[in-house]
Amino acid sequence: MKIIACIKQVPEKDTRFEINPQGTWIQEQELTFEINECDVYALEEALRLKEKHGGEVVLLSLGGESAEKTMRRGLALGADRGILILAARDQTTDPFTVARALLTQVRLEQPDLVLTGVRSDDQAFSQTGTLLAELLGWPHATIVMKIDWEAGAGRLTIQRELEAGLLEEVSLPFPAVLTIQQGINQVRYPSLKGIMAARKKELRRVNWAATGVSGDRKIAIEKLVFPKSDKKSEIIGGTPRDAAATLVEKMKKEMKIL
Amino acid sequence: MQLGAPHPERWNVSDLILFLVEHGGGRTRPLTWECLAFVQGLALELSRKVIGVVLGNNIDSVCAEVAAAKVQEIWKVSAPELETYNPDCFSAALCQIIKPAEPYAFAFAHTYRTIDFAPKLAAALNVGFISDITRYRIDGGRPVFTKSVFHDKLAAEVSFCAAPPHLLSIQIGSFPGDAAQREGRAPVQEKPVNLAGVPDRRRMLQIIQAMKNQVDLSRAQIIVAVGRGIGKQENLKVAQELAAALGAEIGASRPIVDMEWLPRDRQIGSSGQTVAPRVYFAIGISGAIQHIVGMKNSAFVVAINKDPNAPIFKVANYGIVGDLFEVVPALTQAVKQQKGNG
Ligand SMILES: Cc1cc2nc3c(=O)[nH]c(=O)nc-3n(C[C@H](O)[C@H](O)[C@H](O)COP(=O)(O)OP(=O)(O)OC[C@H]3O[C@@H](n4cnc5c(N)ncnc54)[C@H](O)[C@@H]3O)c2cc1C
Ligand SMILES: Nc1ncnc2c1ncn2[C@@H]1O[C@H](COP(=O)(O)O)[C@@H](O)[C@H]1O
Repeated sequence: MKIIACIKQVPEKDTRFEINPQGTWIQEQELTFEINECDVYALEEALRLKEKHGGEVVLLSLGGESAEKTMRRGLALGADRGILILAARDQTTDPFTVARALLTQVRLEQPDLVLTGVRSDDQAFSQTGTLLAELLGWPHATIVMKIDWEAGAGRLTIQRELEAGLLEEVSLPFPAVLTIQQGINQVRYPSLKGIMAARKKELRRVNWAATGVSGDRKIAIEKLVFPKSDKKSEIIGGTPRDAAATLVEKMKKEMKIL
Repeated sequence: MQLGAPHPERWNVSDLILFLVEHGGGRTRPLTWECLAFVQGLALELSRKVIGVVLGNNIDSVCAEVAAAKVQEIWKVSAPELETYNPDCFSAALCQIIKPAEPYAFAFAHTYRTIDFAPKLAAALNVGFISDITRYRIDGGRPVFTKSVFHDKLAAEVSFCAAPPHLLSIQIGSFPGDAAQREGRAPVQEKPVNLAGVPDRRRMLQIIQAMKNQVDLSRAQIIVAVGRGIGKQENLKVAQELAAALGAEIGASRPIVDMEWLPRDRQIGSSGQTVAPRVYFAIGISGAIQHIVGMKNSAFVVAINKDPNAPIFKVANYGIVGDLFEVVPALTQAVKQQKGNG
């Protein structure tokens, strides 16, 4: 089974963000980056399918030159090779443009499965994988928590999450696109051997112009702002001990749990 | 940035704003009114008309229910293929409705189902989709939508560059349903769709209860819930000690459960349990919407977080801004002392 795992490079979760002077994006210099959280789960799932059924796992990412670093991490985890579509920041903020660019490489590779994350940690559109599926004319399923495939079968059985702790089991033929939810598996860490091997693995760069994707975007992030704080809480100040004492008083008198 | 595209509002389209009526078991779901509140506001500002679209099979009672709200019309889209959800049929039906109507916009609530079919619909129609909207403003006749980005630490203002129809999905809880104008009498119009040619690809097999519900947190009086701020599995004991002192149940945000630090039946939120204790302690939890929907009905919420801008403070009654490793042990100590004093 040949699987493409889409991985996006995003700033580390604990980052303290600054907005750039134009107000259009974050200041990216000096930040540390990682692979988007649910994409790590998607990659892990791809590796497990390969370990079980054989085949190949190809990483696909769209981003700046700096994305090579997180792609090497993906290779260290066990992916066989990678494709990096080099794009300017502008081209990464419209999910339609991203999907069309990813599409060009999926068409060339002709995999059996494309796995993406449910949602990117930076833009959180939850669109890219499903857009890609429709552009390919392939079936898809989102928020996937389990993938079953019996070798030789023409269909996959997957479980997708619904609200309130329910799962929906569906079957679909492949090739297909699945958007993977975090928690589907327990992810591995790269071994030293994996890290060494990753340096020599193929990482093909594709220039934006070579994708032939036009700049006609559907939506644009015009501006980033710090969220309006409509705080409702009464903030209890003081040392931890003082704050604890105040809170205990409230737990006794107001909340009546002590 | 390529913002030089023509002003979308200048395109010649109908003056309709459509929204999808959420329903189940023959009744509208409360999300319908959140969506209605949103489109009524938008329609008022942009001088457009609101139309509710009901998709399904045997949906007369739902149509009647929304037709009694303040809308221009209800469009009934009924077909046996729409009885059970399937993205191919949903998307095909909506395409057949949207193409001839050329509405200005179509709005959805940002549910798991919307995540599953709305981007597909956007690609099929070759239009833009702004998802998970929390606010909007009109800027020179043109709407600009706000959504959360970077784990709620920043907000993005997003606009359309492409021609309508514009697809929109609103974050649950952002446009309170009580604001919807519910008084009216709208005609119900049948809109036939032909789904015979839709390929049979994805098949629903069964619905499964993911959690065996070993613990039922919905009845807990006090819940101490931990989030990623706890850092390591070993650190859970900090929260467990507070829970023990209070006689509370332990709950968690999703990442804690995803990492298997606690079992799945401890997860609180949209894909976990919904709880309403007397007091809910949120410790090292940022307060993402998927978490909030599971605990917002708690009588009291106490949040402990080192980030003063964490969204959890928008729903907490009391907050302590600080390092949980200092605050929580102090609190446990104070609770024990109080109990000791009887
Ligand atoms: C389809 C879907 C379904 C989902 N369902 C759920 C669900 O059911 N339940 C759920 O919870 N989430 C759910 N999520 C995930 C959700 O969007 C958030 O990612 C998640 O809730 C974040 O968890 P968190 O607050 O623990 O982590 P983070 O967002 O990483 O927050 C950690 C917090 O800890 C604070 N912190 C760090 N260190 C300290 C310290 N030393 N002292 C004090 N504070 C500290 C930080 O300031 C931060 O606010 C879902 C997501 C999707 C896409
Ligand atoms: N620039 C990118 N490069 C590779 N994959 C991406 C990119 N943008 C989005 N994706 C994939 O699409 C998923 C959903 O992203 P989004 O639609 O932005 O929420 C992510 O989890 C990734 O798997």
